[in-house]
Amino acid sequence: MSSDSSAAGQPAREPFRLPLHWLGAAPFALFVLLFLIMPTMRIVIGAFQTADGSFTLDNIRGLFTTSILSAYWISIKISVASALLGCLIGFAVASAAVLGGLPKWLRGPLLTFSGVASNFAGVPLAFAFLATLGPLGLVTVFLKTQLGIDLRALGFNILSFWGLTITYLFFQIPLMILIITPALDGLKREWREAAQILGATNTQYWRMVAFPILLPSFLGTFALLFANAFGAVATAMALTGSSLNIVPILLFAQIRGDVLGNPHLGYALAFGMIVVTGIANTIYIWLRARSERWLK
Amino acid sequence: MKKFWAWGALVFGLLYFILPLLGMTNFSLKMRRGVYSLDAYAVVLGDPRFQETFTYSVMMALATIAFGVLLVVPTAYWVRLKLPGLRPYVEFITLLPLVIPAIVIVFGYIRLYNTSSWLPLTGSVTGTNILLMFGYSMLALPYMYRAVDTGLRAIDIATLTEAAQSLGAGWMTILARIILPNVLVAVLSGAFLTFAIVIGEFTMAALLNRPAFGPYMQLLGANRAYEPAALAVMSFALTWGCLGLIQLVSRFQKGAQSPA
Repeated sequence: MSSDSSAAGQPAREPFRLPLHWLGAAPFALFVLLFLIMPTMRIVIGAFQTADGSFTLDNIRGLFTTSILSAYWISIKISVASALLGCLIGFAVASAAVLGGLPKWLRGPLLTFSGVASNFAGVPLAFAFLATLGPLGLVTVFLKTQLGIDLRALGFNILSFWGLTITYLFFQIPLMILIITPALDGLKREWREAAQILGATNTQYWRMVAFPILLPSFLGTFALLFANAFGAVATAMALTGSSLNIVPILLFAQIRGDVLGNPHLGYALAFGMIVVTGIANTIYIWLRARSERWLK
Repeated sequence: MKKFWAWGALVFGLLYFILPLLGMTNFSLKMRRGVYSLDAYAVVLGDPRFQETFTYSVMMALATIAFGVLLVVPTAYWVRLKLPGLRPYVEFITLLPLVIPAIVIVFGYIRLYNTSSWLPLTGSVTGTNILLMFGYSMLALPYMYRAVDTGLRAIDIATLTEAAQSLGAGWMTILARIILPNVLVAVLSGAFLTFAIVIGEFTMAALLNRPAFGPYMQLLGANRAYEPAALAVMSFALTWGCLGLIQLVSRFQKGAQSPA
């Protein structure tokens, strides 16, 4: 550990000096402790407590009721769908720009635009999609009047699973583009040449060289996008009000007015969210560390 | 053939992103029947609630940026200089706000700092504002820390610090007059991103009952038809402006460095 060696080096010169340099990190540590760690711990501990403070597993057990389980299930489905599609489409666009032989000047604007779009989430994004795919939206009206396709009659509704997924994709795809482009840049030309010299076809190169190298960053980004969609509240609230039963909306209503009728069930609900996003992000961090080995 | 698919993917992506922008712009101009007009914008801009909430969110964003800079720059500097062994842990902590959903963090705030707790921040308006500012700082922490840390990597802070110390500078002088100017571009990038995040933030402000811009937009969306689209256009322009400014300052930095 490098900190040990530097900490050991200091007292050797000045034997009686207190290790005051730790104090430099104290304000940050205090802030994080008070406004990140402790609030989260409060929720986690509350999930395992009864109203009078004794230990219980009833709150966690309370999550396994039909309505709460279905909320988690819909949330997970939307997150998986938007993360998967976001990864695939983002990968297609990024590889088109990096490897597809498109003009070089396209890259800069594409990345800048992705930076903006990935930050354009929340309430305004919902408005944009309502104005596009809502009942009176641009695309809906165009399809109906010009091409005779009635989206409503086909069963499409912006306030639904697919509506929310399509909306989330607006910030998922650019995020994928931003993360995967450096990975695609990291594919060295020498690897392809080496594979070709050894007689590999293009398909073989992709299947046996490029794909295994890209897989960790691909899966890692998937986990990140999943967590990103799973925790999103504002877009869903502005788009659907409370008509769609997903976990963040349920938790929002619970914090506002205790709709579940048991404050500690709210803790358990929030704890469940931490567990799901925590698992997704652990996978992300682990896989990113693996993929970075190739990108030096 | 390869080129064909590449263009196809790009055009599909572009359509996906341009259509909603087109849709909201188009919708925002249709308030007056039959003709395009800026009525929706006039109504929004003339609404006193808009002016109040927008001003409030701008003030919160500025406070968050000031607090974030004061917290992150000394910490990132100190960790790089004196506690390099802590760096992976600090980096991990700064990523935690991306892992723990904002709604969970604010839920914890409400339970931990309510009127009957040891630190009753939600008991007063000022206290709640401060709590909200801390919450925003948390949300912005991953971006701010990353930007500043990357900026610090580019300069030789050990040499700069020793040079300043041998000329008699104290820690405050070193931070304010040596380190900060050197990472100013990174700090500005972090600041603009923070601004973009705070302006539109909904969850924390709504649950802490503060009159911020995000909850106002949501309320308007539930009650009106055309004004929300106008708001969406304005916030997209705002986000675009913030991110554009980041590009601009980093290009300015490159331009300033290359002749030297």
